[in-house]
Amino acid sequence: MVGITSYGAYIPLQRINRKVIFNATGWSTAAVSMPGEKAVANYDEDSLTMAVAAAIDCLDKLEREKVDCLYFATTTPPYRERQNAGIIATALDLRPDIRTSDFSDSLKAGTGAFLAACDAVKAGADKHVLVCASDCRLGKAGSLLEMTFGEGSAALLIGNTDVIATLEGSYSLTYDFMDQWRADGEKFNRIWEDRWVRDEAYTRFIPQAIAGLLKKYKLNLQDFSKVVFPCIYLREHAAIARTLKLDEKQLQKEMLTTVGDTGTAHALMMLVAALEDAKPGDKILVASYGSGSDALFFHVTENIEKARNRKGIKKHLASRKDLTNYEKFSSFRDIIPMEVGFRGEVGGTRVSMAWRERKSILGLNGAKCKRCGTPQYPYQRVCVNPHCGAIDEMEYYRFSDKKGKLFSYTSDSLAFSASPPEMYGVVQFDGGGRFAFNLTDCEPEALKVDLPVEMTFRKKYVDYMRGIHGYFWKAMPPRT
Amino acid sequence: MADGIKDKVAIIGMGCTQFGELWDKSPEDLMIDAFKEVIQDAGIEKKDIQAAWQGGPEFNPGSVGDSALPLSQTLKLPFIPVTKVENMCASGTEAFRGACYAVASGSCDIAMALGMEKLKDTGYGGLPEFSHWSTIGTKHRIIGANQTAPGMYAMLATRYFARYGISPEEGKRMLATVSAKSHRNGALNPKAHLRREVTVEQIVNAPIVAWPLGLFDCCGVSDGAAAAIVCRADMAKKFRPDPIYVKALQIAGSSGEEEMYTEYDYTHVESTARAAERAYKEAGIKNPRDEISMAEVHDCFSITEAVTMEDLQFSPRGKMKDDIMAGRFNLDGAQPIQPDGGLKCFGHPIAASGIRMLYEMYKQLQGKADKRQLKNPKYGLTHNLGGIPYRAVVSVTIVGH
Repeated sequence: MVGITSYGAYIPLQRINRKVIFNATGWSTAAVSMPGEKAVANYDEDSLTMAVAAAIDCLDKLEREKVDCLYFATTTPPYRERQNAGIIATALDLRPDIRTSDFSDSLKAGTGAFLAACDAVKAGADKHVLVCASDCRLGKAGSLLEMTFGEGSAALLIGNTDVIATLEGSYSLTYDFMDQWRADGEKFNRIWEDRWVRDEAYTRFIPQAIAGLLKKYKLNLQDFSKVVFPCIYLREHAAIARTLKLDEKQLQKEMLTTVGDTGTAHALMMLVAALEDAKPGDKILVASYGSGSDALFFHVTENIEKARNRKGIKKHLASRKDLTNYEKFSSFRDIIPMEVGFRGEVGGTRVSMAWRERKSILGLNGAKCKRCGTPQYPYQRVCVNPHCGAIDEMEYYRFSDKKGKLFSYTSDSLAFSASPPEMYGVVQFDGGGRFAFNLTDCEPEALKVDLPVEMTFRKKYVDYMRGIHGYFWKAMPPRT
Repeated sequence: MADGIKDKVAIIGMGCTQFGELWDKSPEDLMIDAFKEVIQDAGIEKKDIQAAWQGGPEFNPGSVGDSALPLSQTLKLPFIPVTKVENMCASGTEAFRGACYAVASGSCDIAMALGMEKLKDTGYGGLPEFSHWSTIGTKHRIIGANQTAPGMYAMLATRYFARYGISPEEGKRMLATVSAKSHRNGALNPKAHLRREVTVEQIVNAPIVAWPLGLFDCCGVSDGAAAAIVCRADMAKKFRPDPIYVKALQIAGSSGEEEMYTEYDYTHVESTARAAERAYKEAGIKNPRDEISMAEVHDCFSITEAVTMEDLQFSPRGKMKDDIMAGRFNLDGAQPIQPDGGLKCFGHPIAASGIRMLYEMYKQLQGKADKRQLKNPKYGLTHNLGGIPYRAVVSVTIVGH
């Protein structure tokens, strides 16, 4: 049977309490107020880097060589032309002879990519398909959408062996419903009157999709241990559950007050949260939202017990830091353009070089000397071990999944950073190898010699001169 | 076996401009100013110079352009061999080395080295962004940490403090003592950029640039040029009664093992240690702590000077703090360091610094260092450190009677 063979998720470290947003913008739009907090991608994160983080969580110790297809779902791809899934595949150090595709333009793209992946496996075209969904949508300052949108990602591996939740069936609805939209070249989302969106879309499409699924497969909703659907109106989320006659235990909690509406990742992140609590034999129903709905029906197998050690939703939710400064939050997405000085003007990326060095740069591969066994970054043809010196006796050695310790460090107020001070240090990798990396997602005060660190894929710079996002790896203390 | 440079070449003239934020001076002006002094000091004419080396500039955007033509065109050198050399912060010394080797090889009798840098046309406070600096390379612009010079060297301090159990407060005081000493010396030097004494308290309490380095732990950023004329040792006395002789000229570049292998301790600079070892051998110096009378070392940051004391064997490993706090390196100490005020007070126009350091050693050895004059110095040492502690090119030069 085809289904989910592994899962992972990512929620950025920083959370902004919606009161902080309201305190900054409430003078303008007093009617816009929402409870709770939302997750905020750091200045060096975007939908693509968060997808890589969820994928790393999902792939865990699985053999990456086995992945033969990768789909990326987002409405906020960093590139309009240059395949984003291809960047993710390179960062994950997947084989080049795989299929990749970007799914976009609808919040339903997350479940859409998932269904396409299941179909590919069912058809025998691929054996292990990785699906990542991630979004970083923007609302204008003072808008309801600014309050609602949160940032996060989910990743699911689909296959037909060692399945932890089999896909038993699906039912899809498609409507050209213009609740939110963003035309080409626009930065911010627009929304029609939200009472109309609430009453005509959420309260109709989700029950319709669920009813369609139940009818198609002659199922009874009472047989499901979890029913998962997103709704950006909390009261309506509960009301839909009442209409469906779900008891409290059956309803998967909305993440609106902890993470926010994560777009294409929203329903899939809630599914990951449901899988974290699932037991063998459980039935799970998922109804996504956006341009209609995709309803999916899963049967959890005993393999679920082998997939417990993910950071997933729970651990990422628990690992958090308050962002108390609205202006900083706004500057991260260039809503407030901050002075960057000459040092922030980075330009002239050499694309042909970046291609030649892709395994070193995006894939963080160094070399391991076949003669003396020394791991070294970046890839060297001449062994760096002064007692060896072998030439061209190297094999690739992946550092992105190695942990290490800070050998030395500093926090630098002169270097440009969108969130100063810029931090960096020399990372000594467990198992050998050493290189200086930027540090992220930590406080300068927490830095010390021998601090444990792991690697995280980030946007290192933006080359405005040539319109290029410069992705690379940084070190950070592990999220615990 | 090669017998080295010792006593084969003599310095017969030196020139050094005022250093500072010279908004009204072009890079060409700086070259001419240094040239006027050097040619007058050597007592020769332009036509006597048979070959010339131009050190730098390292940061060329906004400066004079590539090759050594800026030197020959500006000074109107008459079709002699001219060469531009660049080796980061060692570029000035590299130019000097070129001139010395040309003379020692017998290919010419008199040669000139001139180092120049115009940093204040780059628009940056501090050194310009390294991504514009070709020495880091296009790949390293992406994979290298987004570092500035103070940060690269701050990492020496954090590791040194951790290794030797020095608290941040103690460490900062030690570093402040280094800078305070240089400021005292610089205040006595009319050619220095920063000529004000600064107290240890002021230094410790200054804003942090890159932890643990504060404002006064960093050298100034300035424009300047310096030049030297060298000739065959056996003809030096024809030009002046007090020529200064070259005793050692060494350069060492990182092998990559400090950056990528795991043995480097990040509490010293291996290239300095290696260059110094060879320089002492070349000059026949057995005990540098006692034999080297004075030194101008590369104090781009206070911590750099501090660890250099160990790499040059002036202090035993792990013991430089004791020597610094005891005043060993003060103008009136046993082994004065930075008698002219150092990079700390001159600032660091990259390719000018090496020859500027030699200028002070030359004047001290000739007894012409005015208020800073040391008593009977015998050997003077200069040291330049280009790059990052783990990715460095270092020159060590020894001169004497």
